Amino acid sequence: MSAGKRHGLLPAGLGARNTLRLEAGLLLYGNDIDRTTTLLEAGLGWIVKPGKGRFVGSESLAREKAEGPKRRLVGFEMLGPEIARERYPVKVDDQEVGHVTSGSPSITLNKNIGLTYLPVDLAAVGGTCDVLIRKRACKAQVVSTPFYKRSRE
Amino acid sequence: MNPEGLLYTKDHEWIGITGDTATVGITLHAQEALGDVVYIELPGVGDKFEAHKSFGSVESVKAVSELFMPMSGEVTEVNSTVKDNPETLNSDPYGKGWLIRIRIANPAEASALLSAQAYDNYIATEA
Repeated sequence: MSAGKRHGLLPAGLGARNTLRLEAGLLLYGNDIDRTTTLLEAGLGWIVKPGKGRFVGSESLAREKAEGPKRRLVGFEMLGPEIARERYPVKVDDQEVGHVTSGSPSITLNKNIGLTYLPVDLAAVGGTCDVLIRKRACKAQVVSTPFYKRSRE
Repeated sequence: MNPEGLLYTKDHEWIGITGDTATVGITLHAQEALGDVVYIELPGVGDKFEAHKSFGSVESVKAVSELFMPMSGEVTEVNSTVKDNPETLNSDPYGKGWLIRIRIANPAEASALLSAQAYDNYIATEA
C-alpha cells in the first residue's frame, strides 16, 4: 500500500468491485451467466467466431442464431428508491418472467441498477418490468448497458 | 460508549422508554457494521408488531438487514427525516437517526433487554 500511495492506490473490497463491474456491464459467472444461459441470450455472441470448425455446442449455437434467442439479458434501473438485489423475482403483467441476476445501488450514477433476463419482445430499452422486493412490486425500466462509461479525453 | 438511559437488544436495536411510549433505533455498533446506509424501509403509523418481529429494513450498498422490534407495540410515529436522508443513521444513530416511536403493549418485556453496560459487554464478546 505504501508503494502505491503516490499513485493514489486504495484498498477495494469485494462489494466495491462488484458495484464497479456491474456499472461497467460486465457479467459475473454464477450470477448473470451459468449452465442454463446461452451466449446469445447474454449478448456474448461476439466472443465466438463461427466458421472455425465444429466445437462443443456449435450446432445448438447455429440453431439459436437461426431462430433467435427467446430471452435476453438486459440492464434496468429502478424507478423508485428501492434496491433490486440478486434472486429477487421479476414480473411483467403479474407473470413471473425471471429474476434479478445482479443488482446494486450504483454509487457513480446515484441510481439503483441491475441485470435480468426478459423475453425478447419485452427486452427493448424503455420497456418496464416489476421487481418483487419484500412482496412489493417495484417498477424498473430497461436501459442500455454499460450503465456507466468512462469518458476518455 | 452507548448511552446509559437506553435499553438494548442482541439484534443491535436500542429503545428509549418514556412512560408507555418509546423511541426505537439501531446502535452505533450496528451502523458501523452496516457501513453507509443508502435506503431505509419503515412501517406505517398504526402498524402493530410483536417483540422480535421484523418492522422494516436498512440497506447498505452491500446488503439488506432487517430491523427487529425490541418490545411489542403500535407504531405512533415514523422518522421521515431519516427515511429521506439515510446517512443520518450513520452520523447520529442515537439522536436524529431514530427510526420509529411506539406505544408499548407490554411493559414487562423491558426486563428482557440489555443495559448499556451489558450491551457493551455483549458486542465485545461478539467481535
